[in-house]
Amino acid sequence: MDSCNCIEPQWPPDDLLMKYQYISDFFIALAYFSIPLELIYFVKKSAVFPYRWVLVQFGAFIVLCGATHLINLWTSTMHSRTVAMVMTTAKVFTAAVSCITALLLVHIIPDLLSVKTREMFLKNKAAELDREMGLIRTQEETGRHVRMLTHEIRSTLDRHTILKTTLVELGRTLALEECALWMPTRAGLELQLSYTLRQQNPVGYTVPIHLPVINQVFSSSHAVKISPNCPVASIHPSGKYTPGEVVAVRVPLLHLSDFQINDWPELSTKRYALMVLMLPLDSARQWRVHELELVEVVADQVAVALSHAAILEESMRARDLLMEQNVALDMARREAETAIRARNDFLAVMNHEMRTPMHAIIALSSLLQETELTPEQRLMVETILKSSNLLSTLINDVLDLSRLEDGSLQLDLGTFNLYAVFKEVLNLIKPIVSVKKLHVSLNLAPDLPEYAVGDEKRLMQTILNVVGNAVKFSKDGSISITAFVAKAELLRDSQTSEFFPVPGDNHFYLRVQVKDSGIGVSPQDIPKLFTKFAQTQSTATRNSGGTGLGLAICKRFVNLMEGHIWIESEGLGKGCTAIFMVKLGIPERLNEPELAFMPKVPPNHGPTAFPGLKVLVMDENGVSRKVTKGLLVHLGCDVTMVSSSEECLRVVSNEHKVVFMDACVPGMDGYEIAVRIHEKFTKRHERPIIVALTGNTDKVTKENCMRVGMDGVILKPVSLDKMRSVLSDLLEHRVLFEAI
Amino acid sequence: MDVVNQLQRQFLDYSASLHREGFLDDQFTQLQKLQDENSPDFVVEVASLFFEDCEKLINNMARALEQQQGVDFKQVDASVHQLKGSSSSIGAMRVKNVCIAFRSFCEAQNREGCLRCLQQVTQEYSLLKNKLQTLFRLEQQILAAGGSVPTIE
Repeated sequence: MDSCNCIEPQWPPDDLLMKYQYISDFFIALAYFSIPLELIYFVKKSAVFPYRWVLVQFGAFIVLCGATHLINLWTSTMHSRTVAMVMTTAKVFTAAVSCITALLLVHIIPDLLSVKTREMFLKNKAAELDREMGLIRTQEETGRHVRMLTHEIRSTLDRHTILKTTLVELGRTLALEECALWMPTRAGLELQLSYTLRQQNPVGYTVPIHLPVINQVFSSSHAVKISPNCPVASIHPSGKYTPGEVVAVRVPLLHLSDFQINDWPELSTKRYALMVLMLPLDSARQWRVHELELVEVVADQVAVALSHAAILEESMRARDLLMEQNVALDMARREAETAIRARNDFLAVMNHEMRTPMHAIIALSSLLQETELTPEQRLMVETILKSSNLLSTLINDVLDLSRLEDGSLQLDLGTFNLYAVFKEVLNLIKPIVSVKKLHVSLNLAPDLPEYAVGDEKRLMQTILNVVGNAVKFSKDGSISITAFVAKAELLRDSQTSEFFPVPGDNHFYLRVQVKDSGIGVSPQDIPKLFTKFAQTQSTATRNSGGTGLGLAICKRFVNLMEGHIWIESEGLGKGCTAIFMVKLGIPERLNEPELAFMPKVPPNHGPTAFPGLKVLVMDENGVSRKVTKGLLVHLGCDVTMVSSSEECLRVVSNEHKVVFMDACVPGMDGYEIAVRIHEKFTKRHERPIIVALTGNTDKVTKENCMRVGMDGVILKPVSLDKMRSVLSDLLEHRVLFEAI
Repeated sequence: MDVVNQLQRQFLDYSASLHREGFLDDQFTQLQKLQDENSPDFVVEVASLFFEDCEKLINNMARALEQQQGVDFKQVDASVHQLKGSSSSIGAMRVKNVCIAFRSFCEAQNREGCLRCLQQVTQEYSLLKNKLQTLFRLEQQILAAGGSVPTIE
């Protein structure tokens, strides 16, 4: 035995089977070598393959298997021991790797399978998300529609536009077949079809409001699906088509008063309108939740928009009303103004027109009295005179009162002698008093100031009226007049509850009491005394005459003088006391007399008696001009000189208080200049005093001067004293007729 | 002091004589009264104005009366009137009196009479001028001597 380590094959090698085995082994080996190559190639290509090391292993396994098969090629024939060794090594390795791979595969294959399931899962998920995305997009689109709808609705304040737009937009957004709005009628018992989408002019189709389906809709704030057969939904003749689904929602009609509460109250007493929406006929569409929500939102917005429109309508109506009222007020005001103007015109005219004839009558009657008359003629004339005097007083009173009423009367304040006023009053009533054999006593308090500041004329009128009344209503007895300064305690009189005099430094309150023992006044008549035209009805007063205005006027004068007047009486037959208090000013220590009211200056008064008095001197003669100027300058005047009449007229102004002119000036007459000056200054107080300086004072000259309106004539030459006295006379009296 | 007193006495005597002789009247006294610190030369100014005026008027009148063809009595009258006014303003009594006479001649259109009056006026005017100038000189002397011009009662 040869120790041949060859292993002998069983069959002869040149059999066909052998050949096929060779070829198969070769191809197997080829395949086995190429598979890992392919694997590597493709895995390298792909990015994600987590098990690379598995690949390596698998590759190794396959390579080894391939190697094994390749080596098999040699072992089919006689082969050496080396080959057998290699073969064995290869087989051993292959076995090892295969086992390891098998073990590993147990671990790996489930993983790979799970990848597959995950993939499946992800695909499902993606599909689901796609679906949801579609839904969200639809929802977002509807949201956009709602916003647009709301915007459209809110962009107008016109009710019809709002509702129409709502229906149109809703119809478009939700692709509706029909959309209708039912509004409650005024009575609230029926719903009336007001607006529809498709039908242009809805007939006044009404439905009673208390149907169960309607109540159902009204009681819920959500959109409610209703049956297409109910009356509110059967507006569209569906006929042969199956109607689509119908939804109804309530639209609250809000009023202004509802907005005072913070949250929307769920009151069932509110008014609602009904909105009905119909899906297209013959479609399988269903109302989706988001569509219903959209409808509800729209309904709310519509409610708000409608209320805005309602508010606007209200305010427009209010504004129209205000405008009308304005126009009416304006007209009324204009009418009132016209009335006032007419009244003022009337008063102005009456003032003049009434007084003029009155004066004529009175003047002529008194003149008539002076002439030769038979007794009965005299009686007649006296009656005429008395009546016309009464009438004149009446006219004056009425006119005064109306001026007092409209507040146009103002007091003429000035300094006057208080004692003199009382004395004057006494003088005036003396005749009547002596005829009636009454006794009058005047009591002036020692602390009563001699001079006071106030309206002398009206104060006298008041006192005279009060005293006159006392005299009028007393048949006999005595009248006492007391006047004193009202002291602080007396000011708090119970009578004068509305009158709060304030004592002060530069004024005092004069209190005058007139007590008579006449017929008196009954207490209930006292308030009426001061009212216009009211007279007490007793016959005694009737006979005394008078207009009843006297006390009313007195009261107004007293009020103007910030005082108070009242009457006290115990009753009829017990006499009465009239008391009034007026506020008078206290004149200052040193009277600052105005230039116009200068007191008479004694002859040798002093150099400057007329400081700053503006004077114009016109004289052609230079010498006499200079002399006159010297005189006037010496007296302190501010002299302007002119030498010709033209210059005089040019220069003269209302600042010049006096104009001295040479009477005989060649060229324009001095007289003419006077006339011209009169023309230039129409108001008396603006016109300067015109004085002629002339060399002759015969009657003719004087008359001429008077005729042209000169205020005085002075004979030249003028001495200083004469000039001084002339000026002071002129300024005091504004007229001086002669100074020689 | 003595000088001043003397001058003052002289002044007063002279004034009195002027008044006595009828050259000046009360009006002049009035003018003197108007003179004070504000117008210290009042009388002198008035007098100079008067002299100027006078001369002018006298010349006018002379020329008017020279006319051989026809005397414009109106113009002469106007001038006389002016002169009368001036003289009475200043207190020139004699001049004024002549003017009054002059006026009546003018009204009567008596040329001779007017001429005679004119001559008289000129004469009176010159006299007055001299006298017044003397008076004013006296015043100056008094003032220069440190005294004050006495006022005439």
